[in-house]
Formats: sequence, C-alpha cells, structure tokens
Amino acid sequence: MQIYLPIADLPVNIFLILGMGLAVGFISGMFGIGGGFLMTPLLIFLGVSPAVAVATVSSHIAASSCSGAISYWRRRTIDVPLASLLLAGGIVGTASGVWLFTMLRSIGQLDITIGLSYVLLLGVVGGLMVIESVRAIMRARQGKPVELRRPGSHTWIHGLPLKLRFKRSRIYVSVIPVVAIGYIIGFVGAVMGIGGGFLLVPMLIYILRVPTVTVIGTSMVLTLVTMASATVMHAATNHLVDAVLALVLMVGGVTGAQFGARAGHRISGERLRLLLGLLVLAVGIRFGLDLTLPPETLFSLRPVEGG
Amino acid sequence: MLRPVPVLLLAATAWITGAAPPAAAERLVTSLSEHRVMVTSSFNGSEVVLFGGIERDTGVLPLRGNYDVAVTVIGPRQDIVTFRKERMLGIWVNYESRVFENAPSYLAVLTNRPLEAITNAETLRRLQLGLDDFALPQRVDSASAADDVPSETFRNALVQLKDEHGLYRQEPNGVTFLTPALFRASIALPAEVPTGTYEIDVKLFLDGMMIARTPSALEIYKAGFEQFVTSSAQFHGVLYGLATSMMAILTGWFASVVFRRD
Repeated sequence: MQIYLPIADLPVNIFLILGMGLAVGFISGMFGIGGGFLMTPLLIFLGVSPAVAVATVSSHIAASSCSGAISYWRRRTIDVPLASLLLAGGIVGTASGVWLFTMLRSIGQLDITIGLSYVLLLGVVGGLMVIESVRAIMRARQGKPVELRRPGSHTWIHGLPLKLRFKRSRIYVSVIPVVAIGYIIGFVGAVMGIGGGFLLVPMLIYILRVPTVTVIGTSMVLTLVTMASATVMHAATNHLVDAVLALVLMVGGVTGAQFGARAGHRISGERLRLLLGLLVLAVGIRFGLDLTLPPETLFSLRPVEGG
Repeated sequence: MLRPVPVLLLAATAWITGAAPPAAAERLVTSLSEHRVMVTSSFNGSEVVLFGGIERDTGVLPLRGNYDVAVTVIGPRQDIVTFRKERMLGIWVNYESRVFENAPSYLAVLTNRPLEAITNAETLRRLQLGLDDFALPQRVDSASAADDVPSETFRNALVQLKDEHGLYRQEPNGVTFLTPALFRASIALPAEVPTGTYEIDVKLFLDGMMIARTPSALEIYKAGFEQFVTSSAQFHGVLYGLATSMMAILTGWFASVVFRRD
C-alpha cells in the first residue's frame, strides 16, 4: 500500500517503512540504543532527501528512547542528577548542531558532511567496540574475571574541579566532563540524525566510570530529551520533519524494540557489544565505500531551497 | 542615438509579425480531462488527457493537408543545482556545479511524430521546442573553483537525471489523431511531480510551419490531510515540532504500557 509523504514529497510503501521501523527497533531494543545511525541511511537509500531523513529520524528516536526510559524508570535505574547535568550540555549542543546543519545545507555541503562524519564516527567507535569486546571475550575464555570498572585507575578527568557526588551511580566526578559529554552528544545527534546512544554509553562507562546498571537508563533519558528538542528545532528552522513518515517509523520502532530487548537479555554483555561493534563498523564501511568508489553517475541534482 | 538601419529592420519585423499570413486560418480548441489534480495520501502519479480540435475560421472551407501537433507541458519553475563529483584526496565530493535558473521542475514534449519530421531544426530552435532546444539558462556557481567542463555536460546531465525520474519526457507518439481534425494527448504525471501550476502550450503545424498555438494550464495541489501537514510544517514550525515530539512521547509511552511485563 502506497502512502504519499507530505514533507518528503514522495510516495512510499507503508509496509516497507513499517518493516524498517520494526527491524531497526529490534536492533535498538537489543542493544539499548536509538538506532538512528541505521535508520537515517536506510531512509536516504529509499530516496528521502538526507535533510528530511535526519530531521524526521530525531522524532523516531525520541519515541523509542521514551518507551525505553519509562521501563528503566520503573526499575529505578536512572540517575536523575547525572541525566539533568548531561541534558544541560545536551540542549546547548543540539541547538549548535541544528545551527550548523542549517548553515551546511545553505552552502550545499550537508550531504558530504553527513557522509564523512558517518565514516569517521562509526568507523572509530565500531572499531574500538570490536577490539574491546574481543579482548573481554578472550579474558573471559581464559577464566579471568571480567572487570569493567576499575575504581583505582583514575585519569586526569578525575582531577578536574567542581566535583559532585552522584549517589545512584556511586561516582564522584567533576561536572565539566559531564556537561561536555552532553554537549558533544547533542551536537553530533542534531547534525547526523542519530540519538548518540552508541557513543554516549561507552563515554559514560569509560570516561566517567558510570556502572552498567544505571548507564542505559540514564543515556535513554538524555536521548529522549535531546531528540525531542531536536525535532522541535528542526521543525522550527528547516521545516523538514515529516510527521507521517515519523509516525509510521515510530509505531514500527517501539514494537520492534520490545522484541529486541527480550532477545538482548539472552546474550552476554561482551557478545552484545561485539555484535553492535560489528554492525556500527559495517555501516561505517558502507558509507566509506560510497565516498571512495567511483559513483555510477558523476552528477546529482538538487533544487535550490528558498530560492 | 539610433542609426537608421536598425530602425528600419525593427519596422520591417513589426510589419511581418503584425500582418497575419493568409495561411493562418486555423484555430485550435483544447480541453483537459482535469484542470486540477489533487495530491492526497494515496497519490501515486496521475494522467491528464488533453483533447484538441482544429477548426477552420470560416467554417465552410475544408481542412487542409496533414496537421502536426506539439504539446509542451512546463511545470513550476525553480532553480536547480547540478553537481559534478570529482575525486579529492581519495573521496568523491561534489566539486563543480551549475545553477539552472528558473528551470522547469517538469517538462513534457508530446508530438504525433518525431519533432524533426514535423519541422526543421531552425524552427525548433526558434520556438524552443523539444528537450534539446528548450532554453535552460545556467550560471556557474561561484563556489566551484575550476571550470574546465563544458556547460553542455551539465545540461545533458540535468535532462538525463530528470528523465530517469520521468520528470522530463519527450514522446514522439504522445499525440494521437482521432480524426484528421481531432487529437488527444495524454500527459503522464509521475508520483514525484511537484505541486504548482503547469503551463501547457499546444502548437499546430502545417507543412513545417506553425500556424496556430493556444495556451492552457493545469494545477497540481495538495489537498486534505497532506495540505494540512505541509502548511502547518511551513507556517507553524514550532507548534508542528512540539506536536511531533508529543506524538513521539505518546507512542513511546503507549508501547511501554502495551508491552509491560513487570
């Protein structure tokens, strides 16, 4: 069944979009991430313009992180003070991200920037995750205890001033790196159309040493608020959020996420991280190939917006 | 100061164009199957049929010879950038570009037989008839540095890419004569057609000469829900964004209630 998308100006098969929502939702539920880094490229592949895809996916991520955040809230595994501090940075980051997005779009360099940042970010993060999880799996094989949190190993981050105690996460860190991380996630998310969960979770674990219990719930709250505000900002400045597309994606996404979460419980943490790392890396490589292989056609068209 | 020669030429041209040649006794009458095409949520392309009749002025004189008809449909005009990729530091980036100013977003040229059989190249060029002769003025974008690619390459790329989406089309058998004086042309509108006003220009040829032309128009517009979404996104951006965010939060909340396990 075809449905005409009012903002993307393109008819699509509603079941295809719903299926994409389900599949990405499954993955996002399984790994506790938003799935934007998969959804945005899929939409672009379908023919939705990158700008509309990025703006619309932010509302889709808001929906899936909302349902996740509620279930983590019930289990009381959200560190509210930590989340609010991250948010303070996140909102500012989102606003500057939307500003950069608008600016790049007006000079015609948005697509290449999205492409390049995907390659860099996904390549690096995916690569690191694969290496780290393979090491963890090897350690587990050799019978050594898996130890993610090493309380003794303090870095320069822990020497910064303005320290605060976060009770639920049982950490004592400076607010500077917390706000900075929030800013980076908000910024990157708005420019690339990703929630940034796959970036935020490792950052919280490795830089702030937040325990795994509170990390996913807290990251989901941050994702929810940054993506909801990104939706509003994109809608207000670029008028590119397609509500019809967003709704279909959301319905598929939240449903898939529930099944994904169940599947995720059956796999060990290291394996899960390895799988996610491989997935992130694969998407990064795909983008890399698009940029480096000779394209089928050298030419592309774009209407000059607002002109 | 005007020199006498151009003035004379001007006067001569005025005289030639002003006086109707005795051959132009035919009139064209056209009608569309729909003047307004609605884009709704189930829109998946459409087809509008143009009917036309040829009348001779006096009504008693018999129709002459074999007529040829060319129908040009021009969609809303917009500036279109054509980028050309080039390899820089190992990656393919949009390097050079041309801006086609006021290029039609949709362009269809329908005829009853190939254009070159209807009239000569000179006339086609003068009337800007056909995809090859349609004027597509372009300007070199200041952002692109080097400029060693002929502009024609960009024009061909524009026409070809538009053609792949069915937005530029030339159909040498798009016009069918039902009787010697009655014809129909079907204008195919693919699903991606932009909304707006479409100008239609019907030209009548006899023995390679254009003897009559008549304009018409077609409007493609979003209706109902589609129109509501588009205009709210455009004119009430903040509210629209808030509503979409609320929708996201509600969907998420709803899912967490429906699938609640604890």
